Amino acid sequence: MGFLTDRKRAMGMGSAKSGTEHFWHMKVSSVALLILIPAFIFTFGSAIGEDYEYVTAYFSRPLPSLIAALTLIVGFEHFKSGATTMIEDYVHGISQKICIIGVTCLSYAAMATGLFALAKMAF
Amino acid sequence: MADVNRGNRPLSPHLTIYRPQLTSITSILTRITGNALLLPSLLIVWWLLAAATSAEAFAFANWALTSIFGKLIMLGSIWALWYHTLAGVRHLIWDNAVGLELEIAYKFGWIVIIGSIIMTGVTVIVL
Repeated sequence: MGFLTDRKRAMGMGSAKSGTEHFWHMKVSSVALLILIPAFIFTFGSAIGEDYEYVTAYFSRPLPSLIAALTLIVGFEHFKSGATTMIEDYVHGISQKICIIGVTCLSYAAMATGLFALAKMAF
Repeated sequence: MADVNRGNRPLSPHLTIYRPQLTSITSILTRITGNALLLPSLLIVWWLLAAATSAEAFAFANWALTSIFGKLIMLGSIWALWYHTLAGVRHLIWDNAVGLELEIAYKFGWIVIIGSIIMTGVTVIVL
């Protein structure tokens, strides 16, 4: 015990165990989304309403496809973390755990579905 | 319960007691818009999947998203997205312990509200 530093003894303690990790994760993803969201609004926005041939050709191009893919990945990660915070505030006990698991599954499922669709149009 | 003496401790004022203020309204709207954006996100994933599946599937998804009802959802979502984005910038600034004075916080609040409406207008005009 005497060999442990103060920092080492404090690590993993406290009610959240992981300290500021969640906060930092939100910060990193929000800065990334600051670039991705405007790019996505105007690329996706220009495709919606067009016909089938145009849309499939549009998303087989690298830039619209990559912007959409990155927005899906970072966006759903950000949503998962943010929604988890909301659930932690309003729902407690076993229902809280169920809700967090549900939101996590939904986020990754939607992310994977979107990425599959983009990949199918690209290749 | 670790704390059994609940009877005569002072209670912190609850949300319902406070008069709604610009700071509290803009704060809760950040959470509401952020979580509500799940709906358009799922619609867009559906639209992408339909486009990757077949022309018939795409026709249905595209019809749903561009119908009057779909367009209303998309318009609301564009506003929610800009609002949440600008409110997020506000938080990134606040994280540095800058602009927390009431006067500046109110200014930020108005910038977020008016800015989100302007950006929604710009988006609708451009697209």
